[in-house]
Amino acid sequence: MIRVQEDDFDVGAELARLSDGNSAVGGICAFVGLVRDMADDQQISAMTLEHYPAMTEKELTGIEAEARQRWPLEDALIIHRHGRLEPGDRIVLVATASAHREAAFEACHFLIDWLKTRAPFWKKEEKASGSEWVEARASDDDAAARWNETGSAGKAAG
Amino acid sequence: MKLVYFSWLREKAGLSEEEVELPPAVGDVRDLLDWQRERGGGFAEAFADLASVRVAVNQEHVTLDHAVKAGDEIAFFPPVTGGRP
Repeated sequence: MIRVQEDDFDVGAELARLSDGNSAVGGICAFVGLVRDMADDQQISAMTLEHYPAMTEKELTGIEAEARQRWPLEDALIIHRHGRLEPGDRIVLVATASAHREAAFEACHFLIDWLKTRAPFWKKEEKASGSEWVEARASDDDAAARWNETGSAGKAAG
Repeated sequence: MKLVYFSWLREKAGLSEEEVELPPAVGDVRDLLDWQRERGGGFAEAFADLASVRVAVNQEHVTLDHAVKAGDEIAFFPPVTGGRP
């Protein structure tokens, strides 16, 4: 399931719902992304995320489907926030439920790496020097590229 | 067709979306980007550096040689920056 929303989310409640009534789930792996207070050695007071709703929904749905195809998942959840966020705020939740931990860990890692490079979000950071749009980073592309090999990250690295 | 703009392209163009008639000489994305620059003003500024412009047609990422037609929704935006956690 995917959700793009302005509101915060309750991690505990979301994780509980993911395995509710499904005792085939042996483990859930979750990644919670937070807004940091620093970017490029400068203090950030807030950031605003803009997105392209029709495309965001299409792409997140596609990414989730790909993860489900590559790993034996019982369920998967992606929640991404948009709008104005301050340091410490939750910005994204990726959670994957599977019978075994390997699939849950790998699928979760895959999803968050892809979210950062593929999802149509743009961020404007508020700093003492003014507001500016964040530029895409090559290091994020590298992180996502390692999943282009078939199989797990471990196989890709080996 | 509908043109939509995001991030600094929206700010430079001065609008978030607009309906325009498909210009006669425009057959693909490359033509459309040339047409945008010829509009001058904020559009010329927004589309000055095509290396930092990405295009989606009907919510799919496309390359410069992708055909465009009346009725398409065409989006212009910089490379995405994700959540950077």
